[in-house]
Amino acid sequence: MMKELLTLLENNARYQVKDLAALLNEDESLIENTIRDLEDNNIIAGYHTIINWDKADTEISKAIIFVNCVPEREAGYDKVASKIAKYPEVDSLYLISGKAEFMLQVNGRSMREVSSFVAHKLAPTEGVTGTETMFILKEYKLNGRELVGEREDGERLLVTP
Amino acid sequence: MIFDEEINQIVRNIKPSGIRKFFDIAATRKNVVSLGVGEPDFITPWHIREAAIYAIEKGRTFYTGNKGLPALRKGICDYYRRRFNVSYDPEDNVIVTVGGSEAIDIVLRTILKPGDEVILPTPAYVAYRAIIEMAGGKVVEVELKEEERFKLTAKDFEKAVTDKTKAVILNFPGNPTGGVMSREDYARIVPIIKKHNIFAITDEIYAELTYEGTHCSIAEFEEIKDHTVVINGFSKAYSMTGYRVGYILAHKDLIDMIVKIHQYTIMCATTSSQYAAIEAVNNGDADIERMAESFRQRRNFIVKELNRIGLKTHLPEGAFYVFPSVKISGLGSEEFCERLLDQGNLALVPGNAFGQAGEGYVRISYAYSLDEIKTAIEKLEHFLNYGIRQDQ
Repeated sequence: MMKELLTLLENNARYQVKDLAALLNEDESLIENTIRDLEDNNIIAGYHTIINWDKADTEISKAIIFVNCVPEREAGYDKVASKIAKYPEVDSLYLISGKAEFMLQVNGRSMREVSSFVAHKLAPTEGVTGTETMFILKEYKLNGRELVGEREDGERLLVTP
Repeated sequence: MIFDEEINQIVRNIKPSGIRKFFDIAATRKNVVSLGVGEPDFITPWHIREAAIYAIEKGRTFYTGNKGLPALRKGICDYYRRRFNVSYDPEDNVIVTVGGSEAIDIVLRTILKPGDEVILPTPAYVAYRAIIEMAGGKVVEVELKEEERFKLTAKDFEKAVTDKTKAVILNFPGNPTGGVMSREDYARIVPIIKKHNIFAITDEIYAELTYEGTHCSIAEFEEIKDHTVVINGFSKAYSMTGYRVGYILAHKDLIDMIVKIHQYTIMCATTSSQYAAIEAVNNGDADIERMAESFRQRRNFIVKELNRIGLKTHLPEGAFYVFPSVKISGLGSEEFCERLLDQGNLALVPGNAFGQAGEGYVRISYAYSLDEIKTAIEKLEHFLNYGIRQDQ
């Protein structure tokens, strides 16, 4: 039940408890308690809205940044990572395989703001040995939702056997 | 009708589909909310659509062999072994057809001679009766009862068997009832099929939409496998209704006969659709499971809501229909649906469109978004509370 509940919420955080209970054929109180547990245990870490900022005519600047760094004795990469993660500009942060150690997505109000973050906060972080910043030019798909392209408009008949 | 006497009497006698009639009424109205559709609401998964596009781009637009592309037949056999534990040979036992509909037609035309009886558990999908009659057969209805959860019981089945019985149509999970036969249920009717040497024509188009446990194919029963004809297709499992791809799995000697009709009437199923089907059958298991889970959830939702508003409904175990009784309203199926459409702008399908056994019931499809289902339930609730009483 938990996995199914999470999958439903992952696709639509606005489901009401009542609807979730009906969909999963469970009691509302059970669903409510399960969600609270999942939130308390940071399994449900938050609820987000997928926004097509471009369409909202709002200036926003996003960049993917590869970060090279040296691991620390005992802590490995985790200590550096938690330092970087604390900056509100960092939207997401991953330890990756390949040329770099970390991949970040950084959001700012302008290119200048993102650049300034890299120059003044990220690059000087202890352990960081290099950064490579790639600004995002256009978003085509975000969190599983297509943002561009035409709507698929296949239509079913009203009544069929 | 200017052709009265000139038209084949069998065709003249076929009743127009009750669904068609209802569609015509619904189509004249504006802003109709419908829970009347017999197809999934998912757009075909992209990798499957892409395979069809690629086939066309590559110029794969010629006829295929009559039985269908070898890779598709192999994929279908692998699929049946993988998912239902039933073995067939791609060379000898498969014909790819234009949807399950063609399969039903050519199977029945192959085995029936005038006067042969076919046992048809009803309420049933609308095409069986017409196709049986067009093939010269006689329909013997066995009523599936709500209290038996719309399963075919051995007692009712055996009562219908005569020395003219040629075949029985099995459609589980079923349209319109959502009824399912488990292995134990089948075990009770298999000896009857064996004893009377009847063909078991099992239309398993809703097999993947089985919600309690996994689908059991009657083809699992080796003792009647020679007399079992499996009909299935890609429409419901992969949401590929418009591609029109189905198939038949049967004994070689039967396939050799059925393919004669297929080759002269159809030649082969649409080539680009066959390529899409190859992609589906080989790489579509995850799609099937994702869609089935979504249907199961919506089934739970709509059954709870229907019971809440006073239409007693059990939890059907398969397909994407619920088939509640509306006898409580005091109206017949058709009157109920017509007035619901008229007053509530909501289209359901009257149960009697699926045979007299469906009288007093309506078919409600839940192959709709949750919001659409909610809107429909509101309309239905309002109609039950105010619509009926007003006029009585």
